[in-house]
Amino acid sequence: MRSRIAPAAGLMAAVLLATSCGGAGEVRDDAAADLDVSTGVTEDSIKIGSHQPLTGPAAPGYSQISIGAGAVFDYVNENGGVHGREIDYVVKDDAYDPARTIEVTRDLVHNEEIFAMLGGLGTPTHSKVVDFLDEEGVPDLFVSSGALMWNQPDKYPLTFGYQVDYTKEAKIQGKYIAENMPDAKVGYLHQNDDVGTDSEAGLEQYVAEQRVAVESYDPGNTDISPQIASLEEAGADVVVCSCIPAFTALSILESQRIGYEPQFVVSTIGADTATLTGLLSEFAAQAGNEDVPVEQLLDGMIYTGYLPAITRQDDPWIQLYSRIYEEYADSDRPMTNTTVYGMVQATQMARALMSAGEDLTRQSLLDAVHTQDWAGPGYVPFASTEDDHGGYAGAQVLRFRAGEAPETLQEAMVTDSAGGEVTAAEVERPAPEDITFYGE
Amino acid sequence: MVSLRNHESTGRGEDAPRTPAPSAADRWRALPALVRFPLAAAAAFVAVVALTFVTGPTADLRLGSVGYYMLAIAGLQLLIGYSGQVSLGHGAFMFIGAYTMALLVLNVPALPLWANMLVTVAVACVAGVLVGAATARLHGPYLAGATLALAVGLPSLTVRFPELLGGSNGLAFSTRGAPAALAGVVTTSQWQAAAVWLTTLVGLVLLATISAGRLGRRMRALRDDESAAALAGIPVGRTKVAAFVISAACGGLAGAGQAYLLGTATPSSFTVTLSLSLLAALVLGGLGSMWGAFLGAVALVYVEVWVEDLAHVLTLGTNVSNNLPIVFFGVLLILVILIRPDGLHGMFRSLADLVRRGRRPAEPAPARSRTPSTARE
Repeated sequence: MRSRIAPAAGLMAAVLLATSCGGAGEVRDDAAADLDVSTGVTEDSIKIGSHQPLTGPAAPGYSQISIGAGAVFDYVNENGGVHGREIDYVVKDDAYDPARTIEVTRDLVHNEEIFAMLGGLGTPTHSKVVDFLDEEGVPDLFVSSGALMWNQPDKYPLTFGYQVDYTKEAKIQGKYIAENMPDAKVGYLHQNDDVGTDSEAGLEQYVAEQRVAVESYDPGNTDISPQIASLEEAGADVVVCSCIPAFTALSILESQRIGYEPQFVVSTIGADTATLTGLLSEFAAQAGNEDVPVEQLLDGMIYTGYLPAITRQDDPWIQLYSRIYEEYADSDRPMTNTTVYGMVQATQMARALMSAGEDLTRQSLLDAVHTQDWAGPGYVPFASTEDDHGGYAGAQVLRFRAGEAPETLQEAMVTDSAGGEVTAAEVERPAPEDITFYGE
Repeated sequence: MVSLRNHESTGRGEDAPRTPAPSAADRWRALPALVRFPLAAAAAFVAVVALTFVTGPTADLRLGSVGYYMLAIAGLQLLIGYSGQVSLGHGAFMFIGAYTMALLVLNVPALPLWANMLVTVAVACVAGVLVGAATARLHGPYLAGATLALAVGLPSLTVRFPELLGGSNGLAFSTRGAPAALAGVVTTSQWQAAAVWLTTLVGLVLLATISAGRLGRRMRALRDDESAAALAGIPVGRTKVAAFVISAACGGLAGAGQAYLLGTATPSSFTVTLSLSLLAALVLGGLGSMWGAFLGAVALVYVEVWVEDLAHVLTLGTNVSNNLPIVFFGVLLILVILIRPDGLHGMFRSLADLVRRGRRPAEPAPARSRTPSTARE
């Protein structure tokens, strides 16, 4: 053994030194991976993987996603699985650190041998593994991020978006503001990464004339008072907040503290009112303010959404998901809209696997995804055709009402990520029993 | 692996009588450092390559991670273990290294890997000189605080210059893997692990040579008593800055290795947690010896993996199993510090001594910290 390895290693060192005279940057040869395989599929199980922040700074809200998805898969398994196969959902913690994402994704693909990836979370994280998943031929379904890059079927034929992308959402918000609040002065507040740039590109198409201030925050710095002060100084009566939940809550608290009362318009990523309520109480308590009426603070907040909110207790999907959560979720936390996000993701995955049929291969799954009729839990159409991998294609405009179901200000609209029109969406939402996402 | 055991303390004059017939180990130790370290490194390289032939791609990635962490920890070892300066911000130099590498690959893709590494070292050295010179007058907690500020502040540069540094999403790129001629013989991941280890081992040989030489002795003198060292004519400030620069270069090179291995550089990988983990791994492995760096790096990469698997096997609750690896690392650290303040390396060394004494009961324990090579000026 050793006698062979030593010269091999010596040779390798020599070649390493010799070839390292070439460039370090890669010249790629795009050999497509074989998709006619059923890696991760056995007689009675299908292995699905995901990378999620279960610890670390992003964990508090987002760790609910995999709990929700896991509960739905348990429900599916209990009811006969997918064509008799149980779904084995493997979630690896990447702590929202791209270096860890790369490691756990390789682990999922090479060691766990997953059939497909579902809902890998985060732009900085998942963007580092799309190339790898594409090379390995692993279907990469429903990425948990609104970045535009997932919708590039030419470049990443195996990757599919899930949530409405930031530009589409901002266009819908912008059009709503321009039509309904034409005299308002608008200020933008957004995260200084792709969330911010993509949202601004959408808003600018409609409210460029009304814009009086553009402010951004760094997710690592929780002092948001300078930004709020600038918005107030610019006289913004509408603040479009393309923020994650923690920063929506901070902005609302800070405005209230200085007696500034703009109309907040919040993106889906930061508008989970259940999460916000929790965060607001927590932040207020940290500031020594135990009895802030958090529900009242959020009352009247305008936001966009495409999935049913848990406050809609009359919605059949919410009723089903609440039952599933109670019975299968291994969590002592209350269900939130973020949980629903994961549950819808899992439902869509199970539907795709159902339609792919009994002879499951990666190619048959992709074919099923491309031709699937997605009318389902969401309020807007879901795009996953050969040349549009965009996921949810639009959003509703809603207003939060303390203690009540949200008020729908504008029915679902759809648009594209470029300069296209914003048009009304036509969706018929079937009830859970009209859809097959489990069974023999 | 690399035998660096003979320069672990200032050796306060315990010249044990040497046995008349030198054993193989003694003859090995009698080789001059310039021969011994490269030989040991070559052996280590062979071992690593051999390992990659029996494991899978994920293991290659982890092996590579052990490599660059080891280099960073070894650099920190030189700074803390040898010169006695505490740095809580060494992740900042890994950050500098990783971004230098990423920018080079993205903007000058034709530049060879070794040139990238050299540029990285140069950049890290400049940063090290700046920081080292600025902090040379600071002691203990003040130095720790200043370096901590560096680790906190530096990654936010990326959001200051989003066009250049990619904002909070960082930079992504692909690097060249194994050459076409070797397709089918070695995989890309094997190739990358080997490249990272080669870099690490070259760095370690340099580190070991430095710490076995005059500069290393000066550093240890500083650590033991700064005033005495100054009285003995050692230029205190210059030696401190030198130690800082060398360890910064190691940190930078480690960061470059990480960026090369993962094809990415993102600010969230270089938080304060990384700097503190490096320090914790160093203490866990054992201060004052290069073997400690190796053990610390192995613990840093594998403890988490093993405990995660363990949590999986035990089917613990999600909240418990998610935080178990961190808790386990912490408990391990506390236990090691309580039981063996000299870390895992100290533990292994006394075990080895026990075995040796059991085998040769009549002989006194061979002197382990003084050898001809270090005694020679």
